[in-house]
Amino acid sequence: MSNAVGPASYADPPFPKEEGLGEREALGVASLVAENVTFAYAGKPVLQEVSLELRRAEWLALLGPNGSGKSTLLRVMAGLLSPQGGRVVLEGKPLAKVSSWLRGRTLTFVPQNGPYPEELTVEEVVRLGRTPHLGLLGREGRADQEAVVWAMEQTQVLEFRSRLLSTLSGGERARVMLARSLAAKPKYLLLDEPTAHLDLHHQAEFLCLLSGLRSQGIGVLTVMHDPNLALQADRVAFLAAGRTVAQGQPRGAITQELLSQVYGPMVRVRQVDGQPIVILGTNSGSQVRAPLSPGARGSAP
Amino acid sequence: MINAERQPLPTRYASRALVFLGLVGLLGLALVLGVGQGAVYVSPGAVVRALTGAEPDPIVSDLRLPRVLGAMGVGAALGLAGAAFQGLFRNPLADPYLMGSASGAAFGVTLAVSLAGTLGASYSTSQIFAALPSYVTLFAFAGAVLAVAVTLLLSGGAARTHDLILAGVVVGAVLTGLTTYLMLKDADRIRAVMAYTLGNFSFMGWDGVRAIALYLALSLPFLWILGRTLNALSLGEETARSLGLPLGGLKLLVIGLATLLTAASVAYAGIIGFVGLVAPHALRRLVGGDYRALLPASALGGAVLLTFADLLARVLTRPAELPVGVVTTLLGGPFFLYLLWRGRRNV
Repeated sequence: MSNAVGPASYADPPFPKEEGLGEREALGVASLVAENVTFAYAGKPVLQEVSLELRRAEWLALLGPNGSGKSTLLRVMAGLLSPQGGRVVLEGKPLAKVSSWLRGRTLTFVPQNGPYPEELTVEEVVRLGRTPHLGLLGREGRADQEAVVWAMEQTQVLEFRSRLLSTLSGGERARVMLARSLAAKPKYLLLDEPTAHLDLHHQAEFLCLLSGLRSQGIGVLTVMHDPNLALQADRVAFLAAGRTVAQGQPRGAITQELLSQVYGPMVRVRQVDGQPIVILGTNSGSQVRAPLSPGARGSAP
Repeated sequence: MINAERQPLPTRYASRALVFLGLVGLLGLALVLGVGQGAVYVSPGAVVRALTGAEPDPIVSDLRLPRVLGAMGVGAALGLAGAAFQGLFRNPLADPYLMGSASGAAFGVTLAVSLAGTLGASYSTSQIFAALPSYVTLFAFAGAVLAVAVTLLLSGGAARTHDLILAGVVVGAVLTGLTTYLMLKDADRIRAVMAYTLGNFSFMGWDGVRAIALYLALSLPFLWILGRTLNALSLGEETARSLGLPLGGLKLLVIGLATLLTAASVAYAGIIGFVGLVAPHALRRLVGGDYRALLPASALGGAVLLTFADLLARVLTRPAELPVGVVTTLLGGPFFLYLLWRGRRNV
């Protein structure tokens, strides 16, 4: 299967003056690239020759059905799993050759369901995000404190900074974990289903946060399920059975044809006020409910 | 914001300082009371005068002080090792003996007694303990360290926590079986070996105090530095690695330091249950989950707990003496039940 890979080099996007992000890498392209990545768990292939490029100052949404390899790809790109084939390249340098501290400062990763440190306060958790800057022996300085406060402001957790994590709701915890990842002032942010625990209000806040981060030159890769949220992204990529099946602008990529192919026939794309929205079809309309698979046909009334 | 009206907690640093002050105060109290109690009662005033050198007392300086300081040192070592293992395994029920060190030490001691019995048949067990404390200690220490090394070997390093716990259980079970076999072969020595493995400070002398103090002085600064790693581990191993921490080596370092502490305490005082479990667990409620506060607090708490337990062991059945491990187990058991009960209520 051919992968829709972008051109090898991009003109650098115009970054605004960055604060605390460190000097721009002198070499190469400002991007985090998975090149023909192949990964298998205990012989079972999960990713097969997947290529994906996350550029700075963009939001790339990674979609696909359960088990399609999205989270695995995210972990490979975060340097937490080593691919059996292919490689990940961070700004022109193979990620495997980047020191773990530099990797931790440059790209941060937030899993979908962490273990949550129940007995730490919000601020203590966010301060852990500075670990890659401090190493084992470093003492926190003013820059660290400022980054921590900035991260808590961005995610609106500042007002409960001294509460224990055990007292927070799922959505509040998700924002604390996001703050923890921002505190490192990364260039790339890799998020596994960041909106899973957020109510609509905080989903909207999350979208605002993302556009703010993009304007600061941060590249954001989100694994997500909701195509309507993904329509707000700069680019989307679809994974199915360990391969990329589509990549590109959301309006162009999220089509009826693709969604039916990936998720089955009950997913519909409709136009509302000139905007595409994705809904689940019901059998109450004129269309007869289509069976999920040929084998299920016999059970249809 | 929706949650803006919720009350923030008061800053925890002030309360943390209070907890530390309270622990130091309790430790001082335990020292004075512990030194005073025994076959000859020494009043608190006389204890303080003897300790400050104003009025030297050989009972205090030669007999009581090493025993009380030994109890403090062993308690601190167990509290520290327990906190380190709880952080490493992300499990508040982990204790210092989780990786097989206790069974290793018990096996070492039994082997030492058994070998001594074979070499010089005229020695009674109490003579072996009395004449060769460093020989017994060496076997206990080596047994504990070897057991943990075998556990690490079986689990293929410290990378997989579940493998580590499983290997620890297996090593512990096998060594306990071997120990029982040796003890049954030397049935007349069972009593003395039992007394040793149940925890006992009557073998503690100044050499033991110095050794424990050395291990504490070596481990505490390193473990404190590793506190941030333990904090990061509470976010999960994956996230901790994504923060840049070289976890494989750091986890081995934590295991190595905690094992040295456990091995030293088992070697000089036998197996003393629950202190390493209870001290960090109770203090977690008071100082929070930041290991840079919890580790020193657990050391202090373990010292306080074990000094009072040793005091009880000497006072409860006077003039006879209970093994201190029996006291800590009798106190720790109900506490464990309380944890279970509270955990169930919170679900």
